[in-house]
Amino acid sequence: MFAEFGYGILFLAFLVTLYSLGAAIYGAQTKSTQWVESARRAMLLTFPLIAISAASLIYLIVNNHYEVSFVYEVTSKSMPTYLKVTAWWGGQAGSLVFWAFLLSGFTSAVTLRKWNRDIEFLPWVIVVCAITVAFFLSLVLFYETPFARYWQDASGKLLSDASGSPITSVFAPASGITPFLPADGRGLNPLLRHPGMVFHPPLLYLGFVSFVIPYAFAIAALITGRTDDRWIRLTRRWTLVAWLFLSFGLVLGGRWAYDVLGWGGYWGWDPVEIAAFMPWLTGTAFLHSVMIQEKRGLLKHWNMILIILTYSLVIFGTFLTRSGVLSSVHAFAESAIGPIFFTYIGFSFIASIALLIKRWPDLQAETEMKSMLSREALFLFNNLLFISILVVCFWGVMFPLISELFTGQKVTVGPPFYERATTPLFASLLFLMAVAPLSAWGHSTIQTLGRSTWKSAVAASLVGIALFFTYTQNIGAVIGFTLVAFVIFITLQEFWRGTRARQRAQRENWFVALARLTGRNRRRYGGYIIHISMAIMAIGILGIESFQSETQGTLAKDQALNIADYTVQYKELATWDDTGAGVNYTRAVVDVYKNGIYLGQLSPRIDYYFDSQQNMTIPGNRSTLRDDLYVLLVDWQPVSNMSATFKIYVNPLVNWLWIGALIFFFGIGIAAWPDKDPEAEPVRVTRSSKQTSAAD
Amino acid sequence: MKPKFLVGGLLILAAVAYLIFSSTRASAERFITVQEMEAEGPSIVGKSLRLTGAVVGDTIQYDPNTLTLTFEVAHAPADYEITEEQGGLAEVLHQAVIDPNREHVKVIYVGVKPDLLRNEAQAIMTGKLDANGVFHADELLLKCPTRYEEAAPDQTSS
Repeated sequence: MFAEFGYGILFLAFLVTLYSLGAAIYGAQTKSTQWVESARRAMLLTFPLIAISAASLIYLIVNNHYEVSFVYEVTSKSMPTYLKVTAWWGGQAGSLVFWAFLLSGFTSAVTLRKWNRDIEFLPWVIVVCAITVAFFLSLVLFYETPFARYWQDASGKLLSDASGSPITSVFAPASGITPFLPADGRGLNPLLRHPGMVFHPPLLYLGFVSFVIPYAFAIAALITGRTDDRWIRLTRRWTLVAWLFLSFGLVLGGRWAYDVLGWGGYWGWDPVEIAAFMPWLTGTAFLHSVMIQEKRGLLKHWNMILIILTYSLVIFGTFLTRSGVLSSVHAFAESAIGPIFFTYIGFSFIASIALLIKRWPDLQAETEMKSMLSREALFLFNNLLFISILVVCFWGVMFPLISELFTGQKVTVGPPFYERATTPLFASLLFLMAVAPLSAWGHSTIQTLGRSTWKSAVAASLVGIALFFTYTQNIGAVIGFTLVAFVIFITLQEFWRGTRARQRAQRENWFVALARLTGRNRRRYGGYIIHISMAIMAIGILGIESFQSETQGTLAKDQALNIADYTVQYKELATWDDTGAGVNYTRAVVDVYKNGIYLGQLSPRIDYYFDSQQNMTIPGNRSTLRDDLYVLLVDWQPVSNMSATFKIYVNPLVNWLWIGALIFFFGIGIAAWPDKDPEAEPVRVTRSSKQTSAAD
Repeated sequence: MKPKFLVGGLLILAAVAYLIFSSTRASAERFITVQEMEAEGPSIVGKSLRLTGAVVGDTIQYDPNTLTLTFEVAHAPADYEITEEQGGLAEVLHQAVIDPNREHVKVIYVGVKPDLLRNEAQAIMTGKLDANGVFHADELLLKCPTRYEEAAPDQTSS
């Protein structure tokens, strides 16, 4: 019953979305506020409708309705309820409902704002969002419905087609046919039964979906011809929030890989990871370049291109994760929705670009870029670097398809390609991150830039030299650490300079001055904190990429393996069943010594899941600021429990990656913290100080 | 737009193009099936390849002392359309393993035995073929299509 109900409500939501779309277009054409208001109300209605449909899907999942093929495929009776709920976004069809649910929620939120003088944007924002919602709803209604069920005939035989695969549909395909209820579901892949997996996909999706809002405003600006930077100011916080979620999702995915995938790494340049990384790249470029438009009236075309690209990449990312176009560590099933996604991306991209070309003359720059070292030129350079990394990623992902097209052979590129091609680009980004905030708007020369940066440059070089003689002779790593130090010193110097100035002028104590400085210029100093956090994350990445060491071996009891300064001694092993959870645990205990000093024990584990006949390798990890000792239990001799095989990694400095990530979220929090709603009120010129700080 | 910006932009473009081109050359691997590899003959020995095939369960041997893993893979078509025509990936892999006339190749991999290595798994291996017709894999990627509809991150071992 809930299957038909959920499907019906979803269909209703689809019709309401189409109505909203039509009403918004008609209202905008005839300048009828009633029709636009009607479109807005219809849009507001889609959210509760999709929510009710999603609730019935969750009801089916939680109550073991395995006659629904989606429920059968992603859950099983042994899963705890909270994990069953996460299956909503774990499986393909459900995740598309999740997408539509989020977007209709965000659209509702944005239509509820006070529009005042921006009311002309409203119908077109609704149009763009409604088209996107309708696209996702049509996928789940007509191609990949999560409510489709298995059927049996009167004799209880599962209905299947000619090739033997079961027939699924929402409604009974013929009379006398009843739903077929399998005894238990197949269950979620054990690798996905991890808190990281509970939050990683929804955060990525939140990031993906939030980027639709700035895109919708950009398109609205193009259609209405109101091509000043109003659309950018209106969506600044949406962009930051989207960026926050996407970043958070990427970091959590890395942490999850580190904790449960058991290969000692956090990022594998896998196509699906790259699919989420690509919109992050254009989004980051966009975040930076909109500041140039706000400050200098430059790069207007560029910003439009960036947000259009971001939207296309968001849909493309969903498509890559949700179709079988590329083989990937994330083995999503091949499905019928690939061509439809591709058509939609092509259609929306071409339509957006056509609009942009139509408005091209209205988007002329207000000034000219004069100096190569001016802030705006360096920002443009930063944008080019992000786009270059994007091109590298896109090339790598598409290369098998491209080469097959031209040579008939499928040629792939792996992680070495990405590492080699992006490392110089990331290094240049670090360098710009250090220099750009100190260059002046409009005009800047080597002399002025040199005067403000030389102290930090000298200090950073000293750090590099010191590291070379005490820590590592790896030149690439030394250059990397020097750049990291450069960024940190310059940014701290900026905080110091601002705080000192405030301290003198306002006679505040040091902490008050620092807090107020940051609080009054949140965007700027929040941004600086983000820069520092990126440099700190770079320490972790440099550490694990340059200095990771590994060893492996089979040990009898009390035998030991040595790696770096560590000695790992195998003590004991136990194996037991947890029949309730359907898992067999094998847990080894090892003693850890460093330079002969006893540090404690680690217990790497293998969990064997009966229902999926699959192992999950949980490392024993001893994490310090200096390095992680990451011990994996690989194998053991079951008869005697006498010997066991271990693989051990030492991952230097990797903890700084996670520490940097925490600081990063703190920085975004500061940058995105609401002011007294400056967007809702028209900018007043009463207090000029307020205006400059808000725009900084 | 001043000429110096144009020159600067072109230089960056050239640098990025060079980076992509040289990195592609340095790390491109041909994606190949067992049958295609056998058909190539000795010319393919020593080249970087990504070989795909179906794991034959009976042949899996693992020596935990040396961490040496050996197994055979049978030829299975890698093309998505062909796979679909023949009843899906699970079916194609099953047929590949039970058919005694399929081309087989022996694979050696040194490292941790992946959890997903089992009969009728799809293996995607990065490595090189030696003169004796044995494939030395540096990286092993496995996919077990029967069990999970989605989101089963296969394992990477390197």
